[in-house]
Amino acid sequence: MLTAILIMALGAVVLGAALGFASIKFKTEGNPLVEKIEAILPQTQCGQCGFAGCKPYAEAIAAGEADINRCPPGGQEGVAKLADLLGREITPLDAEEKPKQLAIIDEHTCIGCTLCIQACPVDAIVGAAKQMHTVVSALCTGCELCVKPCPVECIRMEVIGESLETWKWRYPIFEIKRAS
Amino acid sequence: MLQLFKFKGGVKPETHKAPSLQAPIAKAPLPEQLIVPLHQSIGGVPQPLVEVGQHVLKGQRIGAADQWVSAAVHAPTSGTVIAVEPRLAAHPSGLTTASVVIAPDGREEWIDRQPVDYHTLAPERLREHLRDAGVVGLGGAVFPSHAKLSAAKSVPMEELVINGAECEPFMTCDDLLMRERAEEIVRGITVFRDLLEPRKVLIGIEDNKPEALQSMREAVARLGVDFTVTAVPTRYPAGGAKQLIRVLTGKEVPASRRSPEMGVQCFNVATAYTAWRALAFGEPVISRIVTLTGNVETPRNWETLLGTPLGEFIRLGAPKPDTDRYLMGGPMMGFEMPGLEAPLVKASNCIIAGSPALFPPPAPEMPCIRCGACAEACPHELQPFELYWFSRARNFGKTQEYNLFDCIECGCCSYVCPSHIPLVQYFRFAKSEIWARERDKNQADAAKSRFEFRNERDEREKAEKAERLARAAAAKATEKPAAEKPAATVPAEETPPANAPVDADAAKKAAIAAAMERARLQREAAQVKNTDNLSTEQREEIARIDARRARAPAHQAVEQTDVAPPPAQEQ
Repeated sequence: MLTAILIMALGAVVLGAALGFASIKFKTEGNPLVEKIEAILPQTQCGQCGFAGCKPYAEAIAAGEADINRCPPGGQEGVAKLADLLGREITPLDAEEKPKQLAIIDEHTCIGCTLCIQACPVDAIVGAAKQMHTVVSALCTGCELCVKPCPVECIRMEVIGESLETWKWRYPIFEIKRAS
Repeated sequence: MLQLFKFKGGVKPETHKAPSLQAPIAKAPLPEQLIVPLHQSIGGVPQPLVEVGQHVLKGQRIGAADQWVSAAVHAPTSGTVIAVEPRLAAHPSGLTTASVVIAPDGREEWIDRQPVDYHTLAPERLREHLRDAGVVGLGGAVFPSHAKLSAAKSVPMEELVINGAECEPFMTCDDLLMRERAEEIVRGITVFRDLLEPRKVLIGIEDNKPEALQSMREAVARLGVDFTVTAVPTRYPAGGAKQLIRVLTGKEVPASRRSPEMGVQCFNVATAYTAWRALAFGEPVISRIVTLTGNVETPRNWETLLGTPLGEFIRLGAPKPDTDRYLMGGPMMGFEMPGLEAPLVKASNCIIAGSPALFPPPAPEMPCIRCGACAEACPHELQPFELYWFSRARNFGKTQEYNLFDCIECGCCSYVCPSHIPLVQYFRFAKSEIWARERDKNQADAAKSRFEFRNERDEREKAEKAERLARAAAAKATEKPAAEKPAATVPAEETPPANAPVDADAAKKAAIAAAMERARLQREAAQVKNTDNLSTEQREEIARIDARRARAPAHQAVEQTDVAPPPAQEQ
């Protein structure tokens, strides 16, 4: 009887120590779900979802505070991926789906006020006070955040067309002939 | 006699090669206009070196290689550059690509051609020379050849395989080149051999080209080199690099590995020919042999200047009236040219005029019956039916598990499919979709890290500024009580309104409220220190100042409206 109790007690101590050690050793920083959600979001940092960037939106989704259909750059495909990850229903996108865009500064009109530089979330605009600014097109995420602050309305968004490098083969579709 | 091996799968489509073999290679006449795309090889996009209105000579470099895996492009004839602009590309998409348009002057004036004795050149210089001459793989993949001409460091180069198989139906450009210019091909191969130093050189030619075999054997004997010219069984795709390596050496190149890691390298015969022309004659790649066949009156091989518009080229063969499309490449792997303005490029080995009679419209796609015929036909031992299901369901992760990227898009599976499923189209779709996703993912990751860095920097700057201001305030605060002059109270009390605009201006977008809060705290701190133990003299002075302030409220309001609520009442 006593032996049995001792054995069980010893077992409890050993296992408890192992678990305690594991919880310190293998501690995960942050919420892994947030990271997974964030990996699906397009990282444009545009704030069109109503949150100040992709990470806050991911955190809100993980906390169940936000719908998964509020990311226009992610599009319907992004909604489907989030629904798949979270086991939620696929809902239609809560905005108009837009093709990928690029900001372009009309360099003749630019007065060099630096407001767009401050607005750009990814540091994709270069320039200095009273010097012409320009967008580094390879870094632009097309978030449109620079458009509003411009006092002279010299920034426009242009849809990025297909190029030979980005062209994709289409999904094979075949016309079904009408039976006469 | 070399022992030959077999590759699995493959098909035997009707060859249709005879019509274009009747006549020798002819030189195509000078077209009215040449449209030379700058990007004609795998790798970087060459930057244009010429301007509109500039006169160029035949062979003059018009686009310089911009990185190691890239190749230069040259003016195919002398004339005037009339445009440097996007033009329709020889590509299934129908999109445009940056091109140099040249109006020939008809004089065919060459640049100063400098033959080089390649033995005297260091290997690196020789590779650079080939790159600047625009030598790329002319079998159709257009991979810059110089980038293939260095042996792997860990594995000694054992075999150099020269590809003269030309397994695609209709195509005869390599066949005629081997028949007519075998000696120059063999000389080109010796250059490759000297660079790679393999133990053996194996030239593989399909056994349906006895004249080419004969001619190449004679050239090898004449030049006294120990290359082995071997007939390989005719079976599509024997001309695939990995298949030919398998047949000639028995080596199987594993998935996602390159042949140099197995001690083998493979070049096309036409590539060897252009490499020799570039070295021995100083002629860059400005033309190639193009087979014009199919639904035309006079099928033939033409030595055509690169950049010749398709519309002008096909006139040489007099297409029959029912021709409705033109394919570039063979019927198995080629694609339909997007328009007659598209130019011929380094990859254009064959143009086939198509008609509904020659290429009947595909039968309707039926459901997959899981017969496995595609798996038997696949020369890469993939399972096309599995790949098909996953591609069709857009399950791209699974397609990669089933080695989608080992697919060479040879078309054997589609050819044998009893349900007429266009399998290759599904695979191409899946591949480009995966590439696009990878691009998006990389862009998103880059954007994320930039965003995070920016936030971090903002935080740091804010903290630094707050620290600076706090230090300044502290310095001021310690200075003033030390002064202990009666007048000191006045500036101390006036400091807050003066400080506030500084704060607000500097912080700009940062919370104005926070600045105001700080200002208020500072003011209060200052007041506490200065209102203790005041002398009557000081009290009187404060009263006088307050009276003065009350007399000029309008003036104060103007001064302070853009800053903060006037602090006068609080005092």
